Amino acid sequence: MATLIKERRIVADSWHLLERGPKGELPEVPVRGEVIVPLALWLARREELLSRVGTGTLGVWLDASEGPEALAGDVQRFPLIAVNFPKFGDGRGYSIARLLRERYGFKGELRAIGDVLHDHLFFMEQCGFDAFALREDQDAQEALSVFGTFSEGYQTSVLRPVPLFRRRLGASKS
Amino acid sequence: MYLYDEIDQKLVDERVVQFRDQTRRFLAGKLSDDEFRALRLRNGLYIQRYAPMLRIAIPYGLLSTKQLRRLAYIARKYDRGYGHFSTRQNLQLNWPKLPQAPDILAELATVQMHAIQTSGNSFRNITTDHFAGVAQDEIVDSFVWCEIIRQWSTFHPEFSYLPRKFKFAVNGAKSDRAAVAVHDIGLHALRDEKGEVGFRVLVGGGLGRTPAIGFVIREFLSWRHLLTYIEAILRVYNRYGRRDNINKARIQILVKERGPEKFREEVDAEWAHLKDGPATLVPEEIVRIESRFTRPSYLRLPATDAGLEAALASERAFANWHKRNVHPHKKAGYSAVTLSLKKTGVPPGDVTVEQMEKIADLADRYSFGELRVSHEQNLIFADVQLSDLYSLWQEVRELGFATPNVGLLTNIICCPGGDFCSLANAKSIPVAEAIQQRFDDLDYLHDIGEIDLNISGCMNACGHHHVGHIGILGVDKSGEEWYQIEVGGNQGEVRPGRGASLGKIIGPSFARAEVPDVIEKLIECYLARRDSDAERFIDVVHRIGVEPFKESVYGNADQRAAHRRGQLASA
Repeated sequence: MATLIKERRIVADSWHLLERGPKGELPEVPVRGEVIVPLALWLARREELLSRVGTGTLGVWLDASEGPEALAGDVQRFPLIAVNFPKFGDGRGYSIARLLRERYGFKGELRAIGDVLHDHLFFMEQCGFDAFALREDQDAQEALSVFGTFSEGYQTSVLRPVPLFRRRLGASKS
Repeated sequence: MYLYDEIDQKLVDERVVQFRDQTRRFLAGKLSDDEFRALRLRNGLYIQRYAPMLRIAIPYGLLSTKQLRRLAYIARKYDRGYGHFSTRQNLQLNWPKLPQAPDILAELATVQMHAIQTSGNSFRNITTDHFAGVAQDEIVDSFVWCEIIRQWSTFHPEFSYLPRKFKFAVNGAKSDRAAVAVHDIGLHALRDEKGEVGFRVLVGGGLGRTPAIGFVIREFLSWRHLLTYIEAILRVYNRYGRRDNINKARIQILVKERGPEKFREEVDAEWAHLKDGPATLVPEEIVRIESRFTRPSYLRLPATDAGLEAALASERAFANWHKRNVHPHKKAGYSAVTLSLKKTGVPPGDVTVEQMEKIADLADRYSFGELRVSHEQNLIFADVQLSDLYSLWQEVRELGFATPNVGLLTNIICCPGGDFCSLANAKSIPVAEAIQQRFDDLDYLHDIGEIDLNISGCMNACGHHHVGHIGILGVDKSGEEWYQIEVGGNQGEVRPGRGASLGKIIGPSFARAEVPDVIEKLIECYLARRDSDAERFIDVVHRIGVEPFKESVYGNADQRAAHRRGQLASA
């Protein structure tokens, strides 16, 4: 079981991630518990799952090749959206996270899943992830130190929506 | 020189701490080779043929003498006493030891330097015109814009794991001396009718395995929108660029697969969300960045110098050097000087630590304590008084950097090749040397005139062979080193009317020993067909086509057919 870091703390994970079967078949959705379903399952069974979302026990996960566009108006319904990193070097999830936060206004838990490693958490958090299901071999305790790697950043990001050059100007004016 | 503020410095210091921890965890077995590779490459550290190679960033090629002395110190203490200036205006050390790499980065940080993102699938060093800020045909000082992009591209949280490496070039003058058309994004500064600064934006150019000329995605982008617009391009690329095949992962492939028009539409759709947002640049920020650059305190000088004129008239060797290695300057009484790192017998771009220190002393005395690295792998003193040229020439000649060959055949761009690089298919340095030896007659070189000859040891094209007027590519044929010859490449609109073009392969490849003969035949072909000595090699190739050059090397079509028949008959 992967360790979960949420809001910079190691926490117990009550969510159950549902994956496709070996032949790509969509999984069954258990009646009880908090579940994260693949995007395709959500799209196929949206009508019947709407009430489940309303109870706060259904989240959805996007693969790196998928995008928030597919969820569109539903984004804000979810208590949790997860984004998969198939390989640590695959940077698509960073853009997906920013779009979810900045363009679609997602306020719930945004969770990185898959090849989620120590050295990537800093940028992931900057892009809007607040939960990290670490790959099993990762030392979660050690990983907690990583969020302070850089004390500043030049660009706009979810955590720093105003770029450094505007904040510098503000500081020099006041 | 751009001077860091506290935040710039802190980020570089924090990078050292981060990499020290990553190295520690790797050496303790907590990081796999694969995982550590992605991290060390972001700090310029390759595992090379014999040892790691460390690529140190020299942002847009600008160096202070304090920094150069620190580089010399590092190369002496941690390496074998020399460094290699690369075509990306960086410095490479070929023999550092991995456990010491964090210490080297810490040394660099003390002089506002680093190796951030000099490799890996990330934004690479931003390159520009080596005459930025002093060129007579200047539109803007491109250093300022390079620094703005440097900051934007440093540790960009969203774009730190791109599909592939990503290279920006910025040109701020009328002539394109930054090769903007062969970069992932090329920016060519312009002014509109109101005098407002903007950029022509090219995207999808590149060298490497599948060379391409960038397409103009926007004719004029106001400077205010620079960051939001490139952010839009990068977001489209980050999401949709191919990640299934490393050879198809550059942005040029995405542009090709989508089609330029469709790609532009996608970028515009993304930009619609970002345009006029918080990342929109403001005049105060441009002023702030400009004011952090130190500027030479120029004297008011006459436009000519009698002593210089006299020396030019009396000393032919000095006049030759002046003709090739001294360049016009926007300030009266000053000129820019190229120190040629292309002396025959020395690998192009290589400099020893003793030379670095002497160059630093000279730059302090003659050029306000600064110098530049050009993408042609030479060093530039940008601000030399006319009255100092003669004594500078004498001192530079002493050091062996006064070869009067800038722009000429022996000013060869050359990658480290098979002597050092583990990617190379063939050696490149001995080829450069053999050509330099063949063309060692200075009068002949000057008669041949301006020509770019570029050599790469493999199709990754670090030696920019595709945009050499003559390009040489090392290839591997069942374990043997062979060389393919191209003609007709051009790095960009250095001269009006002759834009960037890619070379065409003239025919079957050659053994190393044959290469100087082939080059000689190409040159003879050119000399026989030029209209006047004002018509350069590249101009002739474009006027008459590649065929006459092919014939000069392989014979005419009938002879080539007969040769093939002969080969078949004997087989």
